[in-house]
Amino acid sequence: MRSPIWTVCAKEILETARDRRTIGSLVVGPLIGPLIFVVLMNVMVTQTLSSAEDRLDVPMLGAERAPNLVAFLLARDIHPLAAPELGSVEAAADAVAAGKRDLVVAIDDRFAEDFGTARAARVTLVFDRSKQRAQGRVERVRGALGAYGQEIGTLRLVAHGVDATLLRPLIVDDLDVSTSAGRSVLLLGTLTYFLLFATLTGGMHLAIDTTAGERERKSLEPLLTLPVRRSSLLLGKMAATIIYMLAALALTLAAYVLVMHRLPLEKLAMTTEFGFRSAVVAFLLLAPIAPLGAALMTVIASFTRTYREAQTYLSFVLIVPTLPVIYAAITNVEPAAKLMWIPSLSQHLLVTTVIKAQPLDPLLVALSAGSTLAFAALLALLAARLYRREAILG
Amino acid sequence: MIEVEVLGKSFGPVRALDGVSFAAGDGKITGLLGPNGAGKSTALRILSTVLAPDRGRARIGGVDLATSALQARRLFGVLPHSSGLYPQLTARENIEYYGRLQGLPEPLIAQRADALLARLDLGGVADRKAKGFSQGERTKVALARALVHDPQHVMLDEPTNGLDVMATRHLREWLRELRAQGRCVLLSSHVMQEVEALVDELVIIAAGRVTLTGTPAELAQRYPGRTLEEIFVEAVSHAAPAPEAA
Repeated sequence: MRSPIWTVCAKEILETARDRRTIGSLVVGPLIGPLIFVVLMNVMVTQTLSSAEDRLDVPMLGAERAPNLVAFLLARDIHPLAAPELGSVEAAADAVAAGKRDLVVAIDDRFAEDFGTARAARVTLVFDRSKQRAQGRVERVRGALGAYGQEIGTLRLVAHGVDATLLRPLIVDDLDVSTSAGRSVLLLGTLTYFLLFATLTGGMHLAIDTTAGERERKSLEPLLTLPVRRSSLLLGKMAATIIYMLAALALTLAAYVLVMHRLPLEKLAMTTEFGFRSAVVAFLLLAPIAPLGAALMTVIASFTRTYREAQTYLSFVLIVPTLPVIYAAITNVEPAAKLMWIPSLSQHLLVTTVIKAQPLDPLLVALSAGSTLAFAALLALLAARLYRREAILG
Repeated sequence: MIEVEVLGKSFGPVRALDGVSFAAGDGKITGLLGPNGAGKSTALRILSTVLAPDRGRARIGGVDLATSALQARRLFGVLPHSSGLYPQLTARENIEYYGRLQGLPEPLIAQRADALLARLDLGGVADRKAKGFSQGERTKVALARALVHDPQHVMLDEPTNGLDVMATRHLREWLRELRAQGRCVLLSSHVMQEVEALVDELVIIAAGRVTLTGTPAELAQRYPGRTLEEIFVEAVSHAAPAPEAA
């Protein structure tokens, strides 16, 4: 004779698998995260690449007054674009303000006269700082102009017999210690949230069905007349819920692994170790969330009268795991033992560690899993208590 | 044998049962009659161990429900007010699920399910999902499910509700068959005509109290010149009808 827990679990898995709507959402849910990720990354890659490598056409006023400067810019693949409608700096400013242009370079009327005299020649960059997507191009043009000025200055000092290094008493070197994997974290931070979201969504239907759903279909009352302890019924249903959650988690991770391989992350100076092995580790790190989510959702659903009502409440529950993730993103916290007791935050920090390709501290992993599972056990006890009440019949 | 002694149950300020006592014997069909809200469903829910009474006690097959609910649940089968089938499972799977939860061995479950599906003329829909079933088919499958463990006691909450003429006739046939097998059948109804041809014992309850008990023949003798319907109406409108000839 099989244990009633297994009988209930197997029946719930079968019944849910036959519900086309539920299975549909189970498949679509895990794909949302990777899909958003692909779109986001593609936008970033296109923007960054266009500002770093590609030919850049910039409307330039008075290009004819500074042929050497233009040649210098051309060598850096910055091409002057004729813009006869922009007669003056004011007209260019209007065009940028109106959003018709992102960036205009205006070479001063007196550039040719001033250049090479004691006066400094002027070049005006017209742009809108609030326009994020233009920033890369602005910086690139500014950098090229600055380099030109520096080169000319150095040449003049040398022509006067002055050592150019005299003008640079201080040399500031950047030593960026972030690994290319570390840089990926900024974007990959969204990953934990989508993983948590997909996990919880995967079990939502069954968590509701355990109480509110069975009650609404009038199948709870005859079920409770069978010679099976209510706690066994509950455990069987929660086991099925957990299995669906883990399936959703595995599916999401698989989708991410596939997506990561196809993204040109290295072009963003990002590499990620997010291969099959990391996915397995992330799965194990996140797995304790499944029993916690199942127990929490079952407890909340047991207070509701209908499936729809339960769905409304549980949508809010889906937001809860984001809060620690947002906190972590804002405060930039590092994994530490004192944070490991917080479910979702601890998983976020550990999964982030995996993405950064840094070593995992076994103690932190144990603390995270232990605490999350302890919370899950407490909530499961509460769910069992609620399931024993007469009010469960509605 | 189902025995109920001074059962009391309140939901907040509402007294659903106020000292209900009766007995339903083996090889008999006992009808629990009363208007809506009289306490029939509450009594059946206590007997099916879904609710616990505030006072009084109930025994099924001699097993006290308060102390040995799990043991008692093997001794009865329940046809609830709504069939409560799982729509995504087939008729057979619905029956087998209850067989497993009753703790029956797999070969016996298959054997019982086949026999019940055949006896209840469900062969044609046995492997179809329950979500497309008619009310009659749902009731039949729910009955088969309640009988999968071959219980001595069968309790049915308004079983003829929503059934058409033919389905009602069939149901009556099966209930008589269960009686002939020596089982204890307890059913509730709020319509006298539906059960007067069927039941051996009548327990009429109103406002949470038993107002009248007896066999249809005894009642007809006690209140000559009145139909069972008239006796029922009187029994539920005044606490107990005054016998014409004391």
